[in-house]
Amino acid sequence: MNNEIYIHIDKISKSYGNVQALDQISLDIKKNELFGFIGPDGAGKTSLFRILTTLILPNSGNATIDGYDTVKDYKMLRKNIGYMPGKFSLYQDLTVEENLNFFASVFGAKLKDNYYLIESIYKHLEPFKKRRAAKLSGGMKQKLALCCALIHKPDLLVLDEPTTGVDAVSRYEFWIMLKNLRENGITILVSTPYMDEASLCDRVALMQNGKIMIVDTPQAIVANYPYKLFAAKSIHKSDLISLLEIDPRIRSAFAFGETIHITLANEKLPITQLESDLKLKITDLTIQATEANIEDCFLMMGTNYEKS
Amino acid sequence: MNRMTGFIYKEILHIIRDYRTMMIIFALPTIQILLFGFVVSMDIKNVKVGVMDNSKDDVTRAITEKIAATQKFKITEMVYTSEQIDQAFKKGTINCAVIFEDDFGRKLKKEHKAQIALILDGSEPNTANLTANYTSSIIRKYQEQNMPIDLKITQVKPSIVMHYNPELKSSYMFVPGVISLILLLICVLMTSVTITREKEFGSMEVLLVSPLRPIQIIIGKVAPYLILSFVDVIVILLMSYFVFDLPMKGSLVLLLGESILFITLALSLGIFISTVAKNMQQAMFISLIGLLMPSMILSGFMIPIANMPTIYHYISLIMPPRWFIVIIKNIMIKGSGFWAVQTETYVLLGMTIFFIAISAKRFKTRLD
Amino acid sequence: MKSHNKVIEVENLVKRFGDFTANDNLTFDVYEGEVFGFLGANGAGKTTAMRILCGLSRPTSGKILVAGWDAATHPEDIKKNIGYMSQKFSLYEDMTVKENIRFYGGIYGLSRNEVKTKITEMIEKVGIGGLENKLIRELPIGWKQKLAFAVAIFHDPKIVFLDEPTGGVDPFTRRQFWSMIYDAAKSGITVFVTTHYMDEAEYCDRVSIMDEGKIVALDTPENLKKMYGVSTMNDVFIKIVRPELI
Repeated sequence: MNNEIYIHIDKISKSYGNVQALDQISLDIKKNELFGFIGPDGAGKTSLFRILTTLILPNSGNATIDGYDTVKDYKMLRKNIGYMPGKFSLYQDLTVEENLNFFASVFGAKLKDNYYLIESIYKHLEPFKKRRAAKLSGGMKQKLALCCALIHKPDLLVLDEPTTGVDAVSRYEFWIMLKNLRENGITILVSTPYMDEASLCDRVALMQNGKIMIVDTPQAIVANYPYKLFAAKSIHKSDLISLLEIDPRIRSAFAFGETIHITLANEKLPITQLESDLKLKITDLTIQATEANIEDCFLMMGTNYEKS
Repeated sequence: MNRMTGFIYKEILHIIRDYRTMMIIFALPTIQILLFGFVVSMDIKNVKVGVMDNSKDDVTRAITEKIAATQKFKITEMVYTSEQIDQAFKKGTINCAVIFEDDFGRKLKKEHKAQIALILDGSEPNTANLTANYTSSIIRKYQEQNMPIDLKITQVKPSIVMHYNPELKSSYMFVPGVISLILLLICVLMTSVTITREKEFGSMEVLLVSPLRPIQIIIGKVAPYLILSFVDVIVILLMSYFVFDLPMKGSLVLLLGESILFITLALSLGIFISTVAKNMQQAMFISLIGLLMPSMILSGFMIPIANMPTIYHYISLIMPPRWFIVIIKNIMIKGSGFWAVQTETYVLLGMTIFFIAISAKRFKTRLD
Repeated sequence: MKSHNKVIEVENLVKRFGDFTANDNLTFDVYEGEVFGFLGANGAGKTTAMRILCGLSRPTSGKILVAGWDAATHPEDIKKNIGYMSQKFSLYEDMTVKENIRFYGGIYGLSRNEVKTKITEMIEKVGIGGLENKLIRELPIGWKQKLAFAVAIFHDPKIVFLDEPTGGVDPFTRRQFWSMIYDAAKSGITVFVTTHYMDEAEYCDRVSIMDEGKIVALDTPENLKKMYGVSTMNDVFIKIVRPELI
């Protein structure tokens, strides 16, 4: 992957009334990166994507894509972006085939010229090609929307929450397709509220409340987690977490599925001491060291980290 | 608060906090009252009368003055030939012609009978009927007041001719109106809805981020309706001719040409509404309540404009169907050529250009 | 507190739309005080089944008892005894917090005093003191969802149905939400929840997974992980629904 900067975003702000959707966002995205914007609803992901795809104007700041300004050169940019907004805007009353042909024609592309790009994705859809888009399952709609965005071989693919509301398996398959697309030289921007998808990107920006908390490779972000992290486990999950939350030796305690991730107020405290102490109340308790993941980092950077 | 009361209270909150609902609840009845209250009247007003006085004696002058003195009537011209009468009807400068035969006064006194003919514009059957009755009663009153009592036996009954519509068919009245209404409905309502639907469903976003220029999106949206409504015009004209016996006295080509002009105007109105409305519901509301309903009432479709209070005359000037109905009636029923309808045509043309320009300006290339 | 009383009994539930079978002979029970996770791919038939359990839709055939009432014949009685919350709709956006609570209080037949008490309780529980007169649409999404849940259970229903309640919510609020779910379960309310977050599946006492109209797995997360020889519910899900991916 080369280091050429493809997208340059400089202090972009956007507000709607008195809601600040984006607050002085600055970052650079490299060519051919698979770049993820990770954050919950209200983080500003959709607003940022709409600014980049030239659909709305920022209140201040500017952005360029491949040297073209998103405000002044919008006509040029609109020809080369493949955009998939949230809830995959497909034409519900057109069939799979008809949707694809329509988007191809809008971009002056021929289906057969660019078929290689969508081939691996389309093969899932092929048996349904005469079915109306409204009757497809969420996972299928997602694949179709992706094909429609790709069919004109764009240089930049912008996908706004393509995996939201879709089951875990379809999400997984979708990311495999994205990784394969990278091989074709396309730069891909994806936004998602699912923290676990961050690890599938080249680099990510963690966003919340209109601000970017950090931009880096997912590996670097977790490597820089500043505390020792432990995973506490017990069958009696809710009792355990109640206990941990009131224990002054624990800096933070967050449920993570099977285990509870904890950090210590005083890192010098030997963990075995803590473990045996707590075992008196929760007999099947085990505590082990563990690696932080993106969600741990997100929680740490959020404003609610320290227990009150 | 019990179940029912709580629910009612919630519904009231929803209504108060949604300005659109408030508009419908308060603005709509107000508009309807204003429109129906003042506009719908079975009275005739402002009847334009042309008098052909072949006799020019004191009796005819007296009767003419009597007519002129009536508030409802206005003598707009004196005519001298039947061609003049025909032209005047076509141009619309008279709705009623009163024709006295020559030597009227003498014939009445000596022979106890004389001819008066009334010719009325049959393309407005309701008005024509009322006008005929009213004019006849004026003439009768004159006789009652001025003839010697013993001569009351002789009564001059005017012979009445309904020009253009001898059988006084009501279809002459409603078919032109229905054509305009259907075209408006299809072109304005459907166009505005289909464009705002794209916005509402989010697919407009995807179309914008593509090489498609906004003008191409609009033309693409509008083209099918142009074709469909043109087909509709032909179907309606065929039905009017064969089923309702509406004549086709004028040029078919001219009529179709004017129809295309009207369709284009309606389409541009639809596009304009789509630039104002934020979603389909608003588009429908504006199209139906803001345009279609007032058009129906103020276009002269059901109620002749002449019968409305003067202020509505001015308001009706901005209603496109008002002009188109005149054009249709002129071409189909009166057999006029372009010269008779050129004012109306230029008005429609001007409106079309205006709305296309303003829509082009308003059409947003961005979502903001 | 889990007991052995069944609050939901489903036996051979079938729901057909024309010749399409959305629910194909589902059989399962849910016990009082359980946190029951109802998982499945999109289009698997989850929403259809949930609607039937909530009394919103009639089954084609099968025996379904919810809170003691037959879903086919007494859906209205079911509705009186359950709470419901979904991602798409929770509270009325153009009403304030207090107005929403008062409204639902009225619907469920609570007296004025009871409602007053509940308002105070809820504001404290959710932590939105000072915001009770704000319109719902002005609240951040996390608080909306927490409040919606509190309202869904404030009439002490036997069962509360949650349809993807934490979609798009930030990770901190998600955990607060689940802590509220645990508290509710402890007080005896049965929680029936669907979610796409596989880590949330781990928080459930038992989980069922639907695929193409059928239930293909039903057990505790622990047992399922052992059975399929994997360490997370995410892997269990993938293994069951699309084994060729692993």
